[in-house]
Amino acid sequence: MQRTVLYGRHVESGARFGPFAGYEMPIQYEGVLAEHRAVRERAGMFDVSHMGEIRVRGPRALPFLQRLTPNDVAALVPFRAHYSALLTERGTFIDDLLVYCLDPEDYLLVVNAASKERDLELLRRAAAAEADGLRIDDQSDETALIAVQGPRAAGIVADVVGAAAAELRYYSFLRDHPAEDQDQLLVSRTGYTGEDGFEIYTPPERAEDLWAEFLERGRDVGLVPAGLGARDTLRLEAGMMLCGQDIDEETTPLEAGLSWIVKWKKGDFVGRDALARQRETGCRHRLVGFEVEGRGIARHGHRLTVRDAPDCSGPVTSGAFAPTLGRAVGIARLDCGDGGPPAPGGAASVTVRGREIDCRIVKLPFYRRPREGV
Amino acid sequence: MIPDDRLYTAQHEWLKVEDGEAVLGITDFAQQELGDVVFVELPAPGQEFAAGSEIGAIESVKAVAEIYTPVAGSIKAVNDGLEDAPEVVNEDPYGEGWLVRLRLGEEGPPDDLMTAAAYEAQLAG
Repeated sequence: MQRTVLYGRHVESGARFGPFAGYEMPIQYEGVLAEHRAVRERAGMFDVSHMGEIRVRGPRALPFLQRLTPNDVAALVPFRAHYSALLTERGTFIDDLLVYCLDPEDYLLVVNAASKERDLELLRRAAAAEADGLRIDDQSDETALIAVQGPRAAGIVADVVGAAAAELRYYSFLRDHPAEDQDQLLVSRTGYTGEDGFEIYTPPERAEDLWAEFLERGRDVGLVPAGLGARDTLRLEAGMMLCGQDIDEETTPLEAGLSWIVKWKKGDFVGRDALARQRETGCRHRLVGFEVEGRGIARHGHRLTVRDAPDCSGPVTSGAFAPTLGRAVGIARLDCGDGGPPAPGGAASVTVRGREIDCRIVKLPFYRRPREGV
Repeated sequence: MIPDDRLYTAQHEWLKVEDGEAVLGITDFAQQELGDVVFVELPAPGQEFAAGSEIGAIESVKAVAEIYTPVAGSIKAVNDGLEDAPEVVNEDPYGEGWLVRLRLGEEGPPDDLMTAAAYEAQLAG
């Protein structure tokens, strides 16, 4: 079991650990509910150093990524990032990822820890088939990652890494001394919580000091360290998919409500033909959100059935108590045959410990943060 | 401190026996392991259970734990307060966070329940 460079800090903070993708990760400190609330109302800080970082560089980097991912990499300018995926030829998810454009010939892919080795193998195999002018490096061990999330994150991050951070637009990033490649931070306005927030990629040597500085600077405004438990309830409320659980090799972006990452005008890419066919014929499977109206909690593996269409049912892929909403919610992967997906508002049910519990289909996300000004 | 006025199971439940009745709850260790409790499912009063059977469940944000009764009996009362305030299981597991009161069957409690000292030794073990 691997540990991140911040392991010692988590022990000091009284973390409870659990295994996640080969890492011994902090699951909670004070408690999932308190940490969840802190991120929604104030700020929380996560160690997500287990995430994989893959650097793709060279004159061929742009056409290479343009072919391997469905989103339009050519639309990215330096210091901008986007959400995308690695797909199979069937158009299904191998992984979801972020693509950061450092330069039109230099990209950083941020991938899930559990699928990193597979992603690397796929990228390297694809690169070997290409002409020269492409270099792929696994930089995961040289990169720690801290996420600072919540309505008060901007003030905290700006104080620690520089005022420019607060000026970043969503999905933009900065580096603290862009001339050198070593020892520098990459700070992006991104996250996996549904709140305003930042992700700070740092060399491991700087990670402990940064963690301490965020904690120190954030203390007065209520920042707390938060674990993977709260990260999961936060992302679920925000309607964000977890790869390997909600979306996997049996799910396409169209089925998952992620058709916006598929850019049809950009030319060919892996999975395009299959997705184009699915766009014509419609999706048999659909990931839908649902709220539990009765008493109980639907969990991963339970089965959701639509009331008026008993043939329309499928497994719950994520299910939990949603602290901000005060009730249980979930995502289910429904097989609706030719009938099409159920409309929001439709009645459904889930069976928990032999008891049928009323649910209602709802539009994702479950939670949308209140926006101010900008 | 583990109260010494009751008995304990290896599954981190406590049982307080008095006058042919028993109150059942989970231990402080169990509530800590579970984390924030958000829902408690309890049986209906009057239901009868054999020793070792599942009588309900406690759901925390991250996990679900079944509740088993170590004794045979019928449900005399359930802690209705947990419906609106399940967090009481975390806050006061040995007191206000009790789960059910059972009327014991003829055979009484089994002899494999632990004293507070034995349970403490198991936790330390």
